[in-house]
Amino acid sequence: MSLRIVVTVKYVPDATGDRHFADDLTVDRDDVDGLLSELDEYAVEQALQIAEDADDAEVTVLTVGPEDAKDALRKALSMGADKAIHVEDDDLHGTDAIGTSLVLAKAIEKAGYDLVISGMASTDGTMGVVPALVAERLGVPQVTLLSEVSVEDGTVKGRRDGDAASEQLEARLPAIVSVTDQSGEARYPSFKGIMAAKKKPVESWDLSDLDIEAEEVGLDGAFTKVETATERPARTAGTIVKDEGEGGKQLAEFLAGQKFI
Amino acid sequence: MAEVLVYVDHVDGAVRKPTLELLTLARRIGEPVAVALGNGAADTAATLAEHGAVKVLTHDASEYAEYLVVPKVDALQAAHEAVSPAAVLVPSSAEGKEIAARLALRIGSGIITDAVDIEAGEEGPVATQSVFAASFTTKSRVIKGTPVITVKPNSAAVEAAPAAGAVEALSVSFSDQATGTKVTGRTPRESTGRPELTEAAIVVSGGRGVNGAENFSIIEALADQLGAAVGASRAAVDAGWYPHTNQVGQTGKSVSPQLYIANGISGAIQHRAGMQTSKTIVAVNKDAEAPIFELVDFGVVGDLFDVVPQLTDEIKTRKG
Repeated sequence: MSLRIVVTVKYVPDATGDRHFADDLTVDRDDVDGLLSELDEYAVEQALQIAEDADDAEVTVLTVGPEDAKDALRKALSMGADKAIHVEDDDLHGTDAIGTSLVLAKAIEKAGYDLVISGMASTDGTMGVVPALVAERLGVPQVTLLSEVSVEDGTVKGRRDGDAASEQLEARLPAIVSVTDQSGEARYPSFKGIMAAKKKPVESWDLSDLDIEAEEVGLDGAFTKVETATERPARTAGTIVKDEGEGGKQLAEFLAGQKFI
Repeated sequence: MAEVLVYVDHVDGAVRKPTLELLTLARRIGEPVAVALGNGAADTAATLAEHGAVKVLTHDASEYAEYLVVPKVDALQAAHEAVSPAAVLVPSSAEGKEIAARLALRIGSGIITDAVDIEAGEEGPVATQSVFAASFTTKSRVIKGTPVITVKPNSAAVEAAPAAGAVEALSVSFSDQATGTKVTGRTPRESTGRPELTEAAIVVSGGRGVNGAENFSIIEALADQLGAAVGASRAAVDAGWYPHTNQVGQTGKSVSPQLYIANGISGAIQHRAGMQTSKTIVAVNKDAEAPIFELVDFGVVGDLFDVVPQLTDEIKTRKG
């Protein structure tokens, strides 16, 4: 039987751009170019490798986001994913992590899955909790933050490098996996891949397709509220000296003045 | 006064510093009740009492070490039911965030991660976060259920505040999900004898300019003179010069020490995201145009192979 892999991806404002908040204190997605979150490329890569090693597998890439989020799907398809699902609904604006996990879990169930692969975190929200939340909602094992992952005989195995120890993990499918940026470099889409992606199916679902009420998501459904967002003042200009042979000593003098030595 | 649950991060009974910082923050919003799980749980009580825990709920079972995350969620949920706290605070480690998130979902609450400060507010605790690579500061609240907040290391001072710290056994029954993900092997990290990167008061980092794994001994020598942790930029880690566990930046650790010393690091956004909230920043870099110099309190434009050893020697001399 075919191994059904769903990769969750997020369309995020470019981290190298000048990111801001909109008036309603949600992330401003209009003024900065968006793209597939870099950390999700690792998830797509691992999904493709697992699919290549399996006899028969299908990789579906799933995103929840505005119209432009199709760009993220297109990138994943051009890397080699087979098809895409875009959950898009005006009522989703302002959805927090808890709400996002609800939409993802419902969409993953509707799509059908044996293995879900996510990135370790998004590059905008950076919470890193959505895979654990999706596992909690679906009631299947979470095998998260892996630097190494493999699937064999219905079992997923991987290595989780924590602060105190490196752990070997194992769970039966179906399961939710997340991978780190240490899991292996993501491939670049080939020209052939980019052309092929244009013909791959992208399904669009809205909240009613997933039996989710508008008030369960969006700003109104959020469990958290950002009350203020303030731009951090630029650090005041410090002293810069050019090393003329005494640079180390000058630095020591500064550190002593600050009582670090 | 309302009780506040504090999840205890400990290794065989030795409480890690971020948990003590949580107790400081917890005392601002209520009476801290600590939850310690696994091997050595009861041994944490004395330290926790010294820092303000009025009660320490403990439970030990082999499941905590044998299975990933979920057994701890089951226990924290049991503690939440037993105490009905005003808030739940958890250290912002990778595991801590996952435990907190699953707990929040189960108890119908919102979650805020990576707070750098918490203060009492009229409508519940207000959490401060640093976002968009620390270019913005937000203040947020959980508006549904019991606030569940994870807090980054170095967000508050450790304060002595003696309290009863009465040990009580927590009754936990594990859910069906608890045994879903088995931990089949564990290799503890080799101790370097240096402080934990995220907890250290001083961090000395090396980047592309260090130009080779063997040259990191220069960075380590300076770190050891200062009693500091060693960090590395993504470029240095990707080149294989230093372990990923020491990476500072968006995809590594985010640190907020009293002093951050960046050597041979240009200061790309990916790196700044992980160190921009440091109190004092100094840098050594050959390139006067490197963006890191926009952040520094003191910078030396020069060759790190000249400047860093001279600095290390000078510190040694001054220490006598």
